[in-house]
Amino acid sequence: MEFKNALFYILSAILVIAALRVVTARNPVHAVLFLVLAFFNASGLWLLLQAEFLAIALIVVYVGAVMVLFLFVVMMLDINLERLRQGFWNNLWLGGPIAVLMVVEMVAVLSVRSFGIEAMPAPPASAAGYSNTKELGVAIYTEYVYPFELASVILLVALIAAVALNLRQRKDTKQMNPADQIAVKRKDRVRIVSMPAEKE
Amino acid sequence: MESTVLQFFQWFWNLFGLWDALWALVEPVWPLIWVLMKIVAIIVPLMLTVAYLTLAERKVIGYMQVRIGPNRVGPMGLLQPIADGMKLFFKEVLVPSGANKSLFLFGPILAIAPALAAWAVVPFFDGGALANIDAGLLYILAMTSMGIYGIIIAGWASNSKYPFLGAMRSSAQMVSYEIAMGLALICVLMVSNSLNLTEIVRAQDRGWFADHGVGFLSWNWLPLLPMFFVYFISGVAETGRAPFDVIEGESEIVAGHMVEYSGMAFAMFFLAEYANMILVATLTSTLFLGGWLSPVGFLPDGFFWLALKISFFLLIYLWIRATFPRYRYDQIMRLGWKVFIPLTLVWIAFIGTWMVSPWNVFK
Repeated sequence: MEFKNALFYILSAILVIAALRVVTARNPVHAVLFLVLAFFNASGLWLLLQAEFLAIALIVVYVGAVMVLFLFVVMMLDINLERLRQGFWNNLWLGGPIAVLMVVEMVAVLSVRSFGIEAMPAPPASAAGYSNTKELGVAIYTEYVYPFELASVILLVALIAAVALNLRQRKDTKQMNPADQIAVKRKDRVRIVSMPAEKE
Repeated sequence: MESTVLQFFQWFWNLFGLWDALWALVEPVWPLIWVLMKIVAIIVPLMLTVAYLTLAERKVIGYMQVRIGPNRVGPMGLLQPIADGMKLFFKEVLVPSGANKSLFLFGPILAIAPALAAWAVVPFFDGGALANIDAGLLYILAMTSMGIYGIIIAGWASNSKYPFLGAMRSSAQMVSYEIAMGLALICVLMVSNSLNLTEIVRAQDRGWFADHGVGFLSWNWLPLLPMFFVYFISGVAETGRAPFDVIEGESEIVAGHMVEYSGMAFAMFFLAEYANMILVATLTSTLFLGGWLSPVGFLPDGFFWLALKISFFLLIYLWIRATFPRYRYDQIMRLGWKVFIPLTLVWIAFIGTWMVSPWNVFK
């Protein structure tokens, strides 16, 4: 137990520091990399809670795919920090109270009885052959099948919308048809003629 | 195995009469030491295999092109990898003045760490994995998807054009092929009913063919034949090897993300690439060709078979490098998105239908 506690504190400390650096880092690429570190440590915390499927899915989906594309975009941006900071004092009157409100709400939710350590006892030890992944799958495809399918359809709509919004056909681009390219035979491109040698 | 090792240590240190004193000191941390010993037992042979894979690559491609290949250092050139390693080890690691120094040095580390960490769940024989975890397949997916950060960070931190182009190409390519790879793996876990790699191998030892002594016909490659090809080809694309090597593309962008690297920092990328090749070969053998299982009933199972299957896939890696020209970039994207992903989706539906039909053979 002692080792687990130590691990929890180490992971949490790195998580908090990384999350702070996400908002304080001057270089946007560094900020994204700190966000990756934060995800990684959050996944470690979930592993400690024996939620191995969720923990690894967090890494596969967010660290492995989403953040890669994020990094991809951020690296190509030309961000001028001075310009970004110009509106700081003008927007503070709105941003400040919202931040305070969020902190108050978090404290209100997390400090009530229902979230205390008595209300959330450690999960009972799982039986041999218990598979976290299987339990999750059963729950999703039986009890929560409609919300799950609804979420999938919404994601699909968003996906198609994103493609449709970005698909602008230019008139002057030259397009190739790969199937035609692959189907090309030698006799379509080269004509071999037999020609007797000629004297000058 | 643990008790055998302990008995050996007891016998050895008792020769000097030191066992009792030593054991009192070591006992509290013994599990840690035992795990470290197992890690060393995996990493050291892996690194040696990487070293000799580079030699095998040059030799095999040499023979395929009617050349001899390296034959000067040691008998038949067998010490060539050692000489290459020494050279890289003693070279200076240059950091370009415009580079982001900390990230520039962090890139190679981030490339090699996941390439080694993924080996933790690979079973080498029945029960012979460092960590026999339930979500082993997911863990492998997570670790292999991390490897791309090393390349992107290296490309960006070099602050140079060719590395940056290489990083852009690699991130697009890896994200595309990861999807096809993941969907192919879904078929495997459907028929095996498990994410645990040891269980996946054991599931391939069941069925009518396995009972009649021709086990190789009950392995996953037969019912999942298209997925077998999709997985291996995606694996080749993931490791950025020819014919998918536009990431390095030496005739276009010199060496991609590795342009500015020298010495050991360069060698780290090299080690990671070859360790990933061996990992893909191992996973293809484990998931589709029955891992440590023997192909026929009258021969015993064991690590020997896994090594044989890995060597076969590594040879194919080298063979296709010597055979095919490099893909054009739009063709790579087309193959990934328009051929592999629809094919895997159709095969998932097919396997699902098969499994609920009366002809289900995966039980």
